Amino acid sequence: MTSQVSINPAEVGELAYTPDEMMTVAAARALRDGMTCFVGIGLPSAAANLARATHAPGLILIYESGTIGAKPDQLPLSIGDGILAETADAVVSVPEIFNYWLQPGRIDVGFLGAAQIDKFGNINTTVIGGDYGNPRVRLPGAGGAPEIAASCREVIVVVRQSSRSLVEQVDFITSVGYGSGPGDRERLGLTGSGPKKIITDLGVLEPDPVTLEFTVTGLYPGVSAAAAKERTGWDLAVTAAPAIIGAPTPAELDALRRFQGTPARSHQ
Amino acid sequence: MAEIVSLAEAVERAIHDGDAVAMEGFTHLIPFAAGHEVIRQRRRDLTLIRMTPDLIYDQLIGAGCVRKLIFSWGGNPGVGSLHRFRDAVEHAWPAALEIEEHSHAGMANRYVAGASGLPFAVLRGYNGTGLETRNGDHDSASTIKPITCPFTGETLTAVAAIRPDVAVIHAQRADRSGNVQFWGIAGVQKEAVLSSDRSVVTVEEIVERLDPRPQAVVLPSWTVSYVARVPGGAHPSYALGYSVRDNDYYLGWDSISRDRDAFTRWLDERVYEVPAGQP
Repeated sequence: MTSQVSINPAEVGELAYTPDEMMTVAAARALRDGMTCFVGIGLPSAAANLARATHAPGLILIYESGTIGAKPDQLPLSIGDGILAETADAVVSVPEIFNYWLQPGRIDVGFLGAAQIDKFGNINTTVIGGDYGNPRVRLPGAGGAPEIAASCREVIVVVRQSSRSLVEQVDFITSVGYGSGPGDRERLGLTGSGPKKIITDLGVLEPDPVTLEFTVTGLYPGVSAAAAKERTGWDLAVTAAPAIIGAPTPAELDALRRFQGTPARSHQ
Repeated sequence: MAEIVSLAEAVERAIHDGDAVAMEGFTHLIPFAAGHEVIRQRRRDLTLIRMTPDLIYDQLIGAGCVRKLIFSWGGNPGVGSLHRFRDAVEHAWPAALEIEEHSHAGMANRYVAGASGLPFAVLRGYNGTGLETRNGDHDSASTIKPITCPFTGETLTAVAAIRPDVAVIHAQRADRSGNVQFWGIAGVQKEAVLSSDRSVVTVEEIVERLDPRPQAVVLPSWTVSYVARVPGGAHPSYALGYSVRDNDYYLGWDSISRDRDAFTRWLDERVYEVPAGQP
């Protein structure tokens, strides 16, 4: 990401980090060392690179541009920046990255963003409002996300939380989470196990083990369950005692700001 | 055998009004100079095919060259929207834009089918998505359908082959016989050229002999129609080993493209008033 989100002092209060930084740090922590990770553009890429720079130096980053094992030392602006190809273990064609690497279920985690996500983790990055042929807002579309969401062993979604982004029902299903509930992934023949976490700028949501409806299981320091409910478009459930997620450590913040301080304007 | 010609001549001879044209290059090696020459020659009613429309198709759409877009991700990478594309879809400016929309995996496989001389390709994909259910709603024909595996009975997804009239790509080098070589992120360019009737390849340089390079893709001269030397022809994208991605241009495009007047001025100053092949 190249733009620092503006800090709302009322929200940040005394804290020495922004909600966006907290979200990126929480997302990075969700990745374990040695995992293979198919990285989406934007917030997921920032978090995946932060994980590699901190607790997960052996994290294997795979981008849809065909770069496998990329090790950028600055944040790429796109998924095809030169630094990804130059530092990768292998560079393969686009048909190959999807057919040989993603489709068979070799990748541990798919790391995605969303414009809208619903209570069953279905993602919309296609259109908002109106109808498909005449949308109010035309979004970029699918990219690699539908098959990343279908085929990775699990999926993590990073999204800024509001009642417009976390909605009862997405306007268009670009990438399937749990469809309309339990049994749908199996019925649709999706081989991966689906979204395990939605990480927002307020906390972490995980699917209820029975209903698969996304539920708050963790909140950042100073964030109330009421605030999370208010910034959600469905009647959001909160687990009995949501975890208080630890604030970013100085090491995490340093690494993140080092990345963001060197926006990828030029490479090589 | 490929003919080595000027960029203007290559576009003039290869690309005609109403053609289906695939200008490929996945972030890397995007043939911008060729796209600008298409605008300059005022081609109309094109069906443009490309996985990631990127700025190059935003510019062609805004310039009024395009009737239909076949694509899988239409954003400004890392920056935001393609505003000319959005204006065409949301407000039909400068003209209505028909769209045929896929996922990357689907588009990649459609090119593979085209290059393989097959009518369709098979993948695990699209199940449960709106892309599958809405496909064909706003188009003459559906290009995504379920198919049963004849061996296991499993239901998979078939996607129709892409067979463009013309592929346009940018590569690092060609030799004097028109053999083409490129390396780095190779995208889907080989498949795009091999699935098309005709092709235009712009190159950073023309050399006496192509030295073998690890992981390089070579398109033999007899698979290519026209080669034109256009140094910097991928700018603001890049050619690994020759240039770096101009990320500031991508960031700056956001404000130019948001505004119809700013875009029209850009078109006059940076395309119509510039000679062919000059970045």
